[in-house]
Amino acid sequence: MARSTNGDSLKQLNHNGLKWDDSGKNGYHKKPAEQKHGAGNGVASRQNKQESFEQAPMYVAVCTYMGFGIVTLFGYFRDFLRAVGLEKCNLAQEREEQKDFVPLYQDFENFYTRNLYMRVRDNWNRPICSLPGPVFDLMERVSDDYNWTFRFTGRTIPNVINMGSYNYLGFAENNADFLKTVADKVQQYGAGVCSTRQEIGNLSIHEELEQLVANFLGVESAMTFGMGFATNSMNIPALVGKGCLILSDELNHTSLILGARLSGATIRVFKHNNMHSLEKMLKEAICCGQPRTHRAWRKILIMVEGIYSMEGSVVRLPEVIALKKKYKAHLYLDEAHSIGAVGATGRGVTELFNVNPADVDVMMGTFTKSFGASGGYIAGKKELVDYLRCHSHSAVYASAMSPPVTEQIIRAIKCIMGKDGTTEGIRRIRQLAENTRYFRARLKEMGFIIYGNDDSPVVPVLLYMPGKVVAFAREMLQRKIGVVVVGFPATPITEARARFCVSAAHTRAMLNQVNTVTSLQWP
Amino acid sequence: MNFKNFREYLSWLYFQYLLITGIYVLEPWEKSIFNSVLFSAIAMVVYTSYVFIPIHMRLALEFFHEIFGGQPESTMTLMN
Repeated sequence: MARSTNGDSLKQLNHNGLKWDDSGKNGYHKKPAEQKHGAGNGVASRQNKQESFEQAPMYVAVCTYMGFGIVTLFGYFRDFLRAVGLEKCNLAQEREEQKDFVPLYQDFENFYTRNLYMRVRDNWNRPICSLPGPVFDLMERVSDDYNWTFRFTGRTIPNVINMGSYNYLGFAENNADFLKTVADKVQQYGAGVCSTRQEIGNLSIHEELEQLVANFLGVESAMTFGMGFATNSMNIPALVGKGCLILSDELNHTSLILGARLSGATIRVFKHNNMHSLEKMLKEAICCGQPRTHRAWRKILIMVEGIYSMEGSVVRLPEVIALKKKYKAHLYLDEAHSIGAVGATGRGVTELFNVNPADVDVMMGTFTKSFGASGGYIAGKKELVDYLRCHSHSAVYASAMSPPVTEQIIRAIKCIMGKDGTTEGIRRIRQLAENTRYFRARLKEMGFIIYGNDDSPVVPVLLYMPGKVVAFAREMLQRKIGVVVVGFPATPITEARARFCVSAAHTRAMLNQVNTVTSLQWP
Repeated sequence: MNFKNFREYLSWLYFQYLLITGIYVLEPWEKSIFNSVLFSAIAMVVYTSYVFIPIHMRLALEFFHEIFGGQPESTMTLMN
């Protein structure tokens, strides 16, 4: 592991001519006492890995607030100019006849969009004109009026290194040999299903996929859906209802929150990955029961994710399972980012922590990330899945997964399990683990603040200030690296970050280039 | 880092100033407004300190000299 060469790695950093003194000229240097790593790479040492959520120095928070404050002041100034009429308003406005009605566009969200997001929105929604593999092509897009409108110059930017796609195992590929079975299935089944699962949309290929997913995860049965977001938001209402309690992690994804709200159950939020907070809430729920009547809760459901995509942290599964068994609650595990990406053979966090999959009541995951397709699944005991087949909104009303996508998932799972007769799957998993460790270690050496567990392929690099976030994305694109930067509404206001997603398809040279360019950003 | 000359160093410093204050995202005329306001504020601070600090320092020194150092000078030393 690169960690062990910490001593001479500091000298290696001079290859791009930069001198590093210990005050961390590119920002926010860690104190070495905070890093603890388990010895060895075995599964048993996973429990020793610490997740670091280091706080930045105080001046950084001050500068972040100051930056937002200044841009907000200018936002008020521009709004004033627009109201007076000195400047044309390019966004939606109320009609003249409606000026006395309740104002539509005066809330903070619209203010933020008009005055902050519009200035910098060239960093998002960049159109891609190739497949999202380890390198991709972007369409070149310029704006003449500060991002209110864009026009395409007609050129493409070729071979941009892709550090933003969730292509963890590299299955987003267009190699004709690998995709042969997909092409055959399109010949056989066509491209669309034209029905829902419960009507005439239940194809034999769906049954095959569900059987394969159940085998892969080591559970009794599984059910697949056409869209990952809809898997969460449409199935949680089928599992819990009024009179049930949902204990959901602070940083859960929007699909989980939406599903919880739609179900009508009582929702309580516990602090992120904090087992004391969860235990306190469980105790209180068991002792006090429902709010007014003090009856026992019909069901208590703990909702956690395998890897949290904005932080890169991994759930503490053994502890959650111990708590669940002690207080007789149920567990809903959303493995959207962790299935296929962690674990010695890609089985997700249950394998990472050596936990029996039967302990998790509802295992949910998506095929969008590691399998290069789209859709989601819910797996667990046979009774649970049979119940969902009848009662889930997604199963009854949503159109079924289309055959080429299904076949892509089937071939990806077969590749990972080794059933196609090659060792390609296990090679990719090992490559991903190695790339993750290398990339994280190099970034930490350079002194960036990185959140999350050392095993997770999601690497958020904290940038904090709004100006830096924007400049980072633009400069990286100029040097032909595509990154995703995330700012205020999706993250807390002082913690804007750039999120790298490491892929098994990245070569060591690509990662080195990304590291070099990143280090140049903060001299 | 390698800065080929002083001008490159200055432009890097300006870039860091733009990033830290958040001015980087604004349009050029807004940047000019902010820079001129900031520059005039700093110029006023400098001018005020140039005008007032010597006088205040002298007054302060006299004040403390009166409190601590107001010993009468001995006539013996003066006569010698």
